[in-house]
Amino acid sequence: MRERSVDLSLIYLDQAKDSHVENSLENIVEQAETELKLADSLSALENIRVSYLGKKGVFTRQMKTLGSLPAEERPKVGATINQAKQQFQGLLEQRKTVLENELLSKRLQEETIDVTLPGRGQAVGGVHPVTRTMRRIEQIFNRIGFDVAMGPEVEDDFHNFEALNIPAHHPARAMHDTFYFDEHTLLRTHTSPVQIRVMENSEPPLKIIAPGRVYRCDSDITHTPMFHQVEGFVVDKNINFADLKGVISEFLKAFFEKDVKVRFRPSYFPFTEPSAEVDIECVMCEGKGCRVCGQTGWLEVLGCGMIHPEVFGHINIDPDEYTGFAFGMGVERLTMLRYKINDLRLFFENDLKFLRQFN
Amino acid sequence: MLVNEAWLKEFVDYSIPTDTLTEKLTMAGLEVDSVNPAAAEFTGVVVGQVMSVDAHPNADKLRLCKVSIGTGDLVDIVCGASNVRVNLRIPVATVGAVLPGNFKIKKSKLRGEPSHGMLCSEAELGLADSAEGLMELPDDAPVGEDIRDYLQLNDTIIEVDLTPNRADCLSIEGVAREIACFAGSDFKPASAPQIKSTLDNVVNVTVDAPADCPRYLGRVIKGLDRSAPTPIWMQEKLRRCGQRSLGPLVDVTNYVLLELGQPLHAFDLNKINGDLVVRRARNNEKLTLLNEQEITLDKDVLLITDQQQALALAGVMGGASSAVNDQTQDVFLECAFFTPITIAGKSRKFGLHTDASHRFERGVDPELCYRALDRAVQLLTQIAGGQVGPLTDVSSAECLPSQQKVGLRFERIERVLGIKLKEEVVESYFTSLGMTVEKEQNQWLVQAPSYRFDIAIEADLIEEIARLYGYDNLPQNSLNVSGCLASVEEKIQPLDRIKDLLVDLGYQEAITYSFTDEASLKSLTPKDEVYRLKNPISADLSVMRTTLWAGLLQAMDANTKRNEDTVRFFETGLKFTLVNGELQQQQMLSLLVTGNVRPEQWGESLAEVDFYDVKSDIESIFALSGLAGDYQFKAAQHDALHPGQTAEISNKAGESVGYMGLIHPALESEFDIKKPVYLVELNVSLIQSQQIPVFEEISKYPSVRRDLALIVDESLAVSDITDYICQQKGLIQNVLVFDVYQGKGIENGRKSIALGLILQDKSKTLVELEIDELLNKLLINLKDSFNAQLRG
Repeated sequence: MRERSVDLSLIYLDQAKDSHVENSLENIVEQAETELKLADSLSALENIRVSYLGKKGVFTRQMKTLGSLPAEERPKVGATINQAKQQFQGLLEQRKTVLENELLSKRLQEETIDVTLPGRGQAVGGVHPVTRTMRRIEQIFNRIGFDVAMGPEVEDDFHNFEALNIPAHHPARAMHDTFYFDEHTLLRTHTSPVQIRVMENSEPPLKIIAPGRVYRCDSDITHTPMFHQVEGFVVDKNINFADLKGVISEFLKAFFEKDVKVRFRPSYFPFTEPSAEVDIECVMCEGKGCRVCGQTGWLEVLGCGMIHPEVFGHINIDPDEYTGFAFGMGVERLTMLRYKINDLRLFFENDLKFLRQFN
Repeated sequence: MLVNEAWLKEFVDYSIPTDTLTEKLTMAGLEVDSVNPAAAEFTGVVVGQVMSVDAHPNADKLRLCKVSIGTGDLVDIVCGASNVRVNLRIPVATVGAVLPGNFKIKKSKLRGEPSHGMLCSEAELGLADSAEGLMELPDDAPVGEDIRDYLQLNDTIIEVDLTPNRADCLSIEGVAREIACFAGSDFKPASAPQIKSTLDNVVNVTVDAPADCPRYLGRVIKGLDRSAPTPIWMQEKLRRCGQRSLGPLVDVTNYVLLELGQPLHAFDLNKINGDLVVRRARNNEKLTLLNEQEITLDKDVLLITDQQQALALAGVMGGASSAVNDQTQDVFLECAFFTPITIAGKSRKFGLHTDASHRFERGVDPELCYRALDRAVQLLTQIAGGQVGPLTDVSSAECLPSQQKVGLRFERIERVLGIKLKEEVVESYFTSLGMTVEKEQNQWLVQAPSYRFDIAIEADLIEEIARLYGYDNLPQNSLNVSGCLASVEEKIQPLDRIKDLLVDLGYQEAITYSFTDEASLKSLTPKDEVYRLKNPISADLSVMRTTLWAGLLQAMDANTKRNEDTVRFFETGLKFTLVNGELQQQQMLSLLVTGNVRPEQWGESLAEVDFYDVKSDIESIFALSGLAGDYQFKAAQHDALHPGQTAEISNKAGESVGYMGLIHPALESEFDIKKPVYLVELNVSLIQSQQIPVFEEISKYPSVRRDLALIVDESLAVSDITDYICQQKGLIQNVLVFDVYQGKGIENGRKSIALGLILQDKSKTLVELEIDELLNKLLINLKDSFNAQLRG
């Protein structure tokens, strides 16, 4: 359509004898162009638009003059006016784009910030390194279907000792410096009583770990009167020492995230037999011998064994039908080895400068 | 326990190097704690004899000695020791010698007199920590011999950490027996010496408590030479086992204890009045021990007494009244078997841990007494002469521990250890341990030797097999995971998730001791009865916490003293309270907040934390579970908290979940508080409920907000009004409190609260008329119920 009207106007211009209208329209467009150039805001631009295209605008007035022309001239003149109007509109749009771009870049400049300034908000806290380690331990065991069990910290003699085959005056009691409330009530010295409590209340097969606080009446550079253990045990019909070795070795490799050397050596716990202590190749010196491993290249990390038939006897599980293994590990010890912490006492001083290192 | 290789080699002929030996010991369950040379490095020290001693012309305390060192020429040595004398044999560090600590001996002059060597003390050779005077060698010490050879100092001391079940290894002989077993070497047990009695004297012994003392042996020895010294070889062996030499009588009993594992006791024969009686003590009977400690006894304690008084605490320690000393010539030597359960716990009860009690409470081979007594008599008479009386033997066969044969079913080895072993292999293991084996139809019957009294059940035998097979050689399996998938309980919010939320809100987890000082608890929870430890480690850790706040306040204090201005702690753990005499152990979640709401940062001014900041964190915990509306905060009182800034939180069932608030100003000085501290303690089991969401249709129609400013009494709890409005149900979806104002324009005693009401209908777009009608009705009700006026 637009092309056609241009064609018509060209014809008209060629044949025009009187170029009066044309000339005055050229002036108008020139004038408008000057005005548009001077316009420095969108509102000024809008005023110009209204003054040309509004109801009383220049072009509207021009169109109104058509009526006074002879009918045969009207289309030609009308077309000329329209052409001028379109020319004006084109100029207006151009100017508008320029102004808008100017405005945008001005705004962008004004809104530019220093992105290197620190962000605002609440600082993030963290869980205690002991919790961090216990979660890792739980996660690893959860993967092969262990459930988590808890027990009371104030325990009775039966669950802490008697049922674990540690009768009164057993020499092993000397290894547990026990906090007592009265003759029969004490602070648990290990998480092993949870074994008894779980087996009292549920039937095998069992795959349990029991993390928690334990207490020994001992306080020096390498002992705190409270610390954490994770107890674990499995009871089923066909559990043997090979399963125990497998679970413990795989756990230690998973925990330290490396193919750490593990050795089992005979030991003694009243509630397991055969019993073993487990050493790993020193993670500090890689077995070369250092202060942490006492130059031996080995670090003792946990105790374990096959659940003693006497223990099964105390909770009416038939030791001929079921076998099981149990293990216990010190959480602080594993945490110290994992994160190279050199002082046990730091765990309970709750110094924020210490705690934040584990966030 | 300390053992040394030279002594072990008297009992077992092994040739493996020390590090292999210690490795094998550890892997056999006799954990080696340390390995040390028997003497520090030194060279050039020989046996010498002092030939003459003359005064030093220029020094009172020094002597000029001429010393023979077996080279023919006498050596001039200046010596300052007081015990230097003619003919004394001593260690001589010759010129060129290097003593411990790289101390080199050179020719020198001391105050103008030549000195070509040094006469040495035990300390100078690194054999003792300190010494008074020169080390005196026996008169038969070969002059000129290297002292290291003479004293066999090229030896290794091994410290073995024995588990309580292996009492049979509490001796050189016992450890040697074990080495023979795994090193495949010959074991050469000490043979029992033949003692001929040369006296008729006996001490009659009556055992009133045969169950406690199934065997009591003794011999009288008279006429011991008081001046006889303990031979140097015995002193050296004792030293390497950590024992000081205290004269032949004590040394011999210690020696036999170390060598064979049998404790003995020597009474001074002349201090015994009449026959001996072995009996239980009477209540409140008294005994003064060797170490001058007086103990008060009871009927659990076994005594050796004479006709007048208690002489010894059986199996633990002798008494002062009958103790031997360096004047003793005549003794009664006791060698007994006491029942472990009788001795167990007695040493701890009286705070006495002795080598004797350590062995008796773990058990001693009851058959060892005869051999051990005669060994002691042999050694003692060799050293100090004397005449020996006949053996006193009071044994009660029926009370001696009887050792039953233990059965081992063939299939149990594989069942427990996961290995299949040939029968001959199993049998050879048992024989190598000194056990005898009989084979039955489906099991072995194994008889352990008397010293392996720890072998009592099948599992004990399986453990022995595992030990000899080698724990490291036993197979290893991945656990066969069986069982079905368990359901995951969604209506319980895991505590770990709540902890993580708090971490995200800027809290740091603390772990404080479960016991604390009583004074703090008295201030924080004065109404709670405390649960008290009988044997606390210290007074400030003597009662179980009734609130976690005590520990958190301490942890905060330590941190603020280290210039931490903001502390946001949480802790989870048990609190211990007595309710009607019953102990309750409840898991709590506690928070402590002090300092700034947020860390200091640009573009935001520092604001001190207030009640509502902390409350918001607690509300987040509830919101996390989708049950924010189920918990209510009500003004309440708590002894530790500011009466005007305390809320008790309760759940839907009306149970008290816990408290939050500002610490009571009256406690500020006690806990050294300089800035407001907010405390929260919640019962974990009551905040873990979680909603399982049920989908609700989402309204397609727009919601409308209308704001109301109401003027109410200042004492009115805002939640009373908002709860009331929420209960109207219907169109009101939510109520937001966006301002609370008191002051200019509001009369005294009243406050203005600005509420935003969100209204929505599920089935249509609300029109103004409906909304106005609803609000007008609501305003009338609020006026009636709360005397609330619309603010003009």
